[in-house]
Amino acid sequence: MITERIREVIAQHGRLAVDVSTLSDTDDLYRAGLTSHGSVNLMLALEDAFGVEFPERLLRRQTFASVAAIRDAIEELHAELNV
Amino acid sequence: MMRVTTERQAAFRDSLFGAGILVPSRVQGVYGQGPSFVRVFQGVDRFVTQAGSSDSPEVYRFPAVVSRDCVERTDYLRSFPSLIGSIHGFEGGAEEHAALLRGHLHGDELSTHFRPTDLVLLPAACYPIYPMVSGELPPGGRLFDVLGTCYRREPSDDPARMQAFHQHEFVHLGTPESALAFRDDWLDRAQQMMDELGLRVVADIASDPFFGRAGSMLAARQRERALKFELLATVSSDDEPTAIASCNCHLDHLTVPFEIASAGGAVAHSACVGFGIERIVLALFAEHGLSPDDWPHDVRRRLWS
Repeated sequence: MITERIREVIAQHGRLAVDVSTLSDTDDLYRAGLTSHGSVNLMLALEDAFGVEFPERLLRRQTFASVAAIRDAIEELHAELNV
Repeated sequence: MMRVTTERQAAFRDSLFGAGILVPSRVQGVYGQGPSFVRVFQGVDRFVTQAGSSDSPEVYRFPAVVSRDCVERTDYLRSFPSLIGSIHGFEGGAEEHAALLRGHLHGDELSTHFRPTDLVLLPAACYPIYPMVSGELPPGGRLFDVLGTCYRREPSDDPARMQAFHQHEFVHLGTPESALAFRDDWLDRAQQMMDELGLRVVADIASDPFFGRAGSMLAARQRERALKFELLATVSSDDEPTAIASCNCHLDHLTVPFEIASAGGAVAHSACVGFGIERIVLALFAEHGLSPDDWPHDVRRRLWS
């Protein structure tokens, strides 16, 4: 499941203040402690894990705001790759 | 980063060589400045100084080198590694010198005998200010005027992209509100100044050239938050305008590493306006022609009266 893998990556690279398992798919990751630096590390790790490259339009704060937002972005990129 | 030089950029550069305004060297992006350029440079720098003097800034001048520690703490080394000019030195004695001479005879690369020092070339004129003001600021913050010789390793045939160049900056450290207000105020004032010099500029949101994939994200975030504005003017061609000044809000990126607090103890914010003096000079030549004596009267008055 894509969200499980996302949660794994967040656990390893997001450096949140809380355990990601305590957060719902729509909880705000920034409120949970995701910093600017953290979001950069998270972005790089997600690119590695899912074999995608986020274009500039998806390198916005809101893309990494929640597990659901990240899932939506990755699904969008995977769909583009499969065209 | 490799940038493609366009025909127009090369043609403009060649016209400057032909007129003795710039003097070519054997290295891309490194030029001598002829008497005409120097005269305009001095006028532009005086014009910039006067524009900021009514605010009574503290005027400081720093050398063209800065400690490696400083550029590490500002994150410059991590964010723009390809732009850094690192200073290396020879620290050996007679034995090492003999090895250097032998090596040179054998065609060895001389640089293998040199080691990194604790210095790099200054990448941004305001950097030496931050370690100087560590601690608590007075009420109202502080305001500085700095003119620095800066270096960024970007060899190019675009005459507006010189490896060594001068930045004249006004820098404010204070509260989050005063830093943002300072940036916004100077965005207006800088456009007004360029207008007085007869330069057509467009202000646009911009980002710094952060390196690599991480850099793409940092740049996107910087644009999203509208932290940096550039004033773009025509130098070689209208299609590729050049940023001749920038107005930047740093938030706490510089005040946290250097432990600078505003009066009362909260983390301070900083902001700066930077004028690229050589670029403004080139924009003037591009706009008004290669003979400053023929420039509009108002422009000449502002530069030299």
